[in-house]
Amino acid sequence: MLRRLAVAAVAAASLWAGGASANEELVRLQRDPNQWVMPTGDYANRRYSELNQINRDNVRNLRPAWSFSTGVLRGHEGGPLVIGDVMYVHTPFPNRVFALDLKEPGRIIWRYEPTQDPSVIAVMCCDTVNRGVAYGNGMIILAQADTTVVALDARTGEERWKVRNGDPAKGETMTAAPMVFGDRVLVGISGGEFGVRGHVTAYNLRDGSLAWRAFSTGPDNEMLIDPQRTTHMGQPVGPNSSLQSWQGDQWRIGGGTTWGWYSYDPQLNLVYYGTGNPSTWNPVQRPGDNKWSMTIFARDANTGMARWVYQMTPHDEWDFDGVNEMILADLNVRGQQTRALVHFDRNGFAYTLNRENGQLLVAEKYDPAVNWATRVNMQTGRPEVVREFSTRQGGEDRNTQNICPAALGTKDQQPAAFSPRTNLFYVPTNHVCMDYEPFRVSYTAGQPYVGATLSMYPPRGEQNMGNFIAWDAAQGRIVWSRPERFSVWSGALATAGDIVFYGTLEGYLKAVDIRDGRELFSYRTPSGIIGNINTYMHGGRQYVAVLSGIGGWAGIGMAAGLQGDQEGLGAVGAYRSLQNYTQLGGVLTVFALPTN
Amino acid sequence: MRFAFAAIAAVVLALGAAVVAAEEEKPYRVEGNRVDPGTYNGYRRYGNSCLACHGPDGAGSSYAPNLTESLKHLTREQFNEVVINGRQNVTAAQQNVMPAFGQVEDVVTHLDDIYAYLKARSDGALGRGRPQRLDN
Repeated sequence: MLRRLAVAAVAAASLWAGGASANEELVRLQRDPNQWVMPTGDYANRRYSELNQINRDNVRNLRPAWSFSTGVLRGHEGGPLVIGDVMYVHTPFPNRVFALDLKEPGRIIWRYEPTQDPSVIAVMCCDTVNRGVAYGNGMIILAQADTTVVALDARTGEERWKVRNGDPAKGETMTAAPMVFGDRVLVGISGGEFGVRGHVTAYNLRDGSLAWRAFSTGPDNEMLIDPQRTTHMGQPVGPNSSLQSWQGDQWRIGGGTTWGWYSYDPQLNLVYYGTGNPSTWNPVQRPGDNKWSMTIFARDANTGMARWVYQMTPHDEWDFDGVNEMILADLNVRGQQTRALVHFDRNGFAYTLNRENGQLLVAEKYDPAVNWATRVNMQTGRPEVVREFSTRQGGEDRNTQNICPAALGTKDQQPAAFSPRTNLFYVPTNHVCMDYEPFRVSYTAGQPYVGATLSMYPPRGEQNMGNFIAWDAAQGRIVWSRPERFSVWSGALATAGDIVFYGTLEGYLKAVDIRDGRELFSYRTPSGIIGNINTYMHGGRQYVAVLSGIGGWAGIGMAAGLQGDQEGLGAVGAYRSLQNYTQLGGVLTVFALPTN
Repeated sequence: MRFAFAAIAAVVLALGAAVVAAEEEKPYRVEGNRVDPGTYNGYRRYGNSCLACHGPDGAGSSYAPNLTESLKHLTREQFNEVVINGRQNVTAAQQNVMPAFGQVEDVVTHLDDIYAYLKARSDGALGRGRPQRLDN
């Protein structure tokens, strides 16, 4: 009780007075299981809570305590923040932010809605999602669709500063949640399907002035790469590592966007994130390894200089963006206690690296259906591509068939969870394959620059399009697996109650036993879940909160479903249609155990 | 004599109109799941430029309409107009914006083919999934 009060007092002091430096305050706050102070739960992106009031024995009694409609009917990704007595809820475009009073659930302390030109919607490839707001130094930071980054007073919602991070006329937008670290805030950029040249930018929290920006492609000085010090697979990358891997000026419209999650190690003072696909989706139009798209970056938090990089899918031929979360966990790998980074990539491989020096330790498939590569060569770090599934080998205007995973990957941005009690990872996955046909396209600023068409379906002979798995990142193997009808598109949550939560595209919030994945609880929320499940304490009770609102890339399957595998095209097949299970929505549901 | 002449003229006109109407109603040729080259090209161009919002096979998404329904009541001219000029439906309840493709080479130069593909789907002449090319 006293500890809770002390924490609340610290949080309140920071909110009201903006006193302690953001670094120390947030490092401390992110360890407090009673609150949820950053979109990723903690800097390590573990999505783990020490709370165990809700646990394996009683989670079946969980029920809705209150709910809140956001008033928006697009895909709701991300989840709310809880700081002290206030919950901060964000929405897809128009990117509303609500500060809700937890002492009087549903009372809106303040609300903020930016004014944005709606034409930005037209350049958001995959729905108008937003993955959440960040908190730091008494401010709430919102990254708007139109690339405005705005800092709001956490107490009143008033604008403190505002800065433009990009240009929607060039196809640049923003969807990712910012991350506050030190006295800075890190943001990315979206638009890989529009020929946008990706970058991450750190702004000073105090006034929104630029601290540093690091591009994903191009000259070393713009990428903040040191040819002698920045390493890849233990070797210096050398001068012009990016430029040499592109033909001509292609790197200027090179993609490598940064729309995923960011993590931070305060001790190493390194920031970690991944870059997206190289534009276009037609690999024949962009020969070369296309560095540094599809790459894990570790950057010095103060200067932005890249310490190490690792490119997972050189010369991408399938749209396997590398932006998924980088989970920082200390693991025993082959007898060595290691400061590890674990990443479940779109390309179907789960990577374990040493997060200090970028050494590649494990790279294994986390869905047995993955077929585009046989393995990752652990000496070179390169995947060994299977010719049959290489869309470049297939060539332009030729349909390469039955590639697994589909472009949406074995996992997209929906983040996994890690439990230090089991040392295992709990991963929402897609179980979908594709046909992919590249063809030649021309670039126009602000217009789609895609260059491929695809059909998607479950792996041949299978019905389910998703699995929720437990993964051992030290050994690189699946420990248990639960099939789901549709892709599991929500962010997971693991708790010390030895349960794992996730949401389904039909709208179910589920809790499973952390030991074997056995379902312990299930509740049908108002709409499909593509958000992340968070948990916090208030008034002595533990709550679990999740946003419902189908959309995102999963919304593509909404109306009539991804096509089912069928014998003989043109036959009327049994297409699994998500719209038979859910409709649009925009609701936050908060669950708790009954009080008696 | 004049009456018969007028009658014949009317019949010819009607036949002509019927032929023209038939061509306009069927900008595609489909046999089973095999389609003419234009319609196949329309399938690919649709996939490149339209699928991200309007979903596989024109079937719609959570944020863009089902075009197999839309084309039941859009004329070709109306279809062209929307694609070229875009459309905004932004209210308190919805935020749906279709970009203008009038300046996008990959769309306007293939607009007829995209229309043919979607019309084939909308008419129920072509099922879902990847079509095959007719041998001709």
